[in-house]
Amino acid sequence: MDKILVGLKRVVDYNVRVRVKSDGSGVETDGVKMSINPFDEIALEEALRIKEAGGANEVVVVSIGSSEAQQQLRTGLAMGADRALLVTCDEAPDVLTCARLLLEIVNREQPGLVILGKQAIDDDNAQTGQMLAALWGRPQATFASRIEIKGDTATVLREVDVGMETIEVDLPAVITADLRLNEPRYVKLPDIMKAKKKPLEEIAMADLGAGDSPEIVHTAYEPPVARERGVMVEDVSALLAALKDKGLV
Amino acid sequence: MAKILVIAEHDGSILNPSTAKTIACAAGIEGADIDVVVLAADASAVAAEAAQLSSVSRVLTVENAANEHPLAVVLAPQIVSLAGDYSHVFGPSNTFGKDLMPTVAALLGVNQISDIMSTHGSHSFKRPIYAGNVIVSLQAPEDSIVVATVRTASYKAVAGGNSAPVESVSVDVELPTHTRFVGQEAESSDRPDLQTASRVVAGGRALGSAENFDLIYALADKLGAGVGASRAAVDAEYVPNDTQVGQTGKIIAPDLYIAIGISGAIQHLTGIKDAGTIVAINKDEEAPIFEVADIGMVGDLFQIVPELTEALG
Repeated sequence: MDKILVGLKRVVDYNVRVRVKSDGSGVETDGVKMSINPFDEIALEEALRIKEAGGANEVVVVSIGSSEAQQQLRTGLAMGADRALLVTCDEAPDVLTCARLLLEIVNREQPGLVILGKQAIDDDNAQTGQMLAALWGRPQATFASRIEIKGDTATVLREVDVGMETIEVDLPAVITADLRLNEPRYVKLPDIMKAKKKPLEEIAMADLGAGDSPEIVHTAYEPPVARERGVMVEDVSALLAALKDKGLV
Repeated sequence: MAKILVIAEHDGSILNPSTAKTIACAAGIEGADIDVVVLAADASAVAAEAAQLSSVSRVLTVENAANEHPLAVVLAPQIVSLAGDYSHVFGPSNTFGKDLMPTVAALLGVNQISDIMSTHGSHSFKRPIYAGNVIVSLQAPEDSIVVATVRTASYKAVAGGNSAPVESVSVDVELPTHTRFVGQEAESSDRPDLQTASRVVAGGRALGSAENFDLIYALADKLGAGVGASRAAVDAEYVPNDTQVGQTGKIIAPDLYIAIGISGAIQHLTGIKDAGTIVAINKDEEAPIFEVADIGMVGDLFQIVPELTEALG
């Protein structure tokens, strides 16, 4: 195929313990380390491996967000993507709008395959890939743990609750990456330098015309109800006694 | 009034327990009138099971050979063609519902709500974000259909004893052929299913090898428990992928959860926060798992676990 499109979302880093703002209006992100959503990094790694094996000519990364998302796109370029697109907007759009914007990018770029992370670790929605596939009228293969491409079809091993499922999809298609699809490469310093020269195009969200979607309003944010620390026991007989007390054994 | 369509999850012969939990969420909405739809090649057995669940008004069956395996792109257009009669469409928030419901929502032109953990009226919901570190309250627009997945660990299955009418419906939509089911490898196990087991014994990286996981299996079998694992143990290939508990694995709510050699990363803890009693066994007394454990024991799992298994007689 000619081209693979990969979505990269800028999210609060995996290792940051997020806090709710004191007024409950959102999550504290000032001064917090931001990274590529880990599942998107896996998606990009897979696209790069397909290209390196001769299965594609170009890998294009796309993000939707503020100009700060350039950082994550540059990291994607340093990993090996050829080109980056940033759909710029002030506030993160809702998922349906993101899917519509991605569809506009898909129509423009005509990729043979779109790979996205299965979910973003900030909102934990796990929706964008499925919505894009539905709007595009193309196959979806979510939670992918292995991808094999032969001609115009992809065979995808999916992680499902009962075990592993294999499906076959005609290309172009949308695939969402699960944890065990691959282990993303580390970025090397010379690649970071090279990435600075690679093309990064900004497109204003308004210019893509995604239309309005019925908005779900976030009315409040709060920390979860914490579980309380319980008792510590010294030996197995005390452990058994504690379990018996609760009627559990 | 809320008219709610619940999408049944099944394997062609048995209704998945996630459906009764999804119905429980729907039934918590005042004045809810709940229909369940079974999309299958042959829906009879599953529909008969669904008809017994309390709070269900009607069970609809949509039979089509193409529905033999639950492919989202095949099921979604059929659900969309039924959705016009409903104010809400709910599915479970597991790999079945997460795959399917965004597709349904996109075809209906609405956003989707993931992982409802509580309802506050017909259009207000709470759900976890950031691996459960933050709970967000949502207000869905009243003038469009609500498409959502339900965090099944937050709900107890509705009881049986009902006998709702079963009605066959036909939908006239073109189904795509660009996506084909090839096969499924179920992890064969006689142990209780992780997601519905009332007791779960889980192991972490501290087990050190796949062979050492036999300690976990022995304890689990003594307790009649399901077996779970941390991401680290799965990544180290001690156990299959489908045992992973946490943000990106399974979200479970057993009465008893025994975490063995699991440090308790936040991504793991989000998968067990609704467990009745959490027991932690770990050699590191500073392990975060002890902050949420009801009963904790510091020590060497290779001594404690065999001793515990033995003591349970």
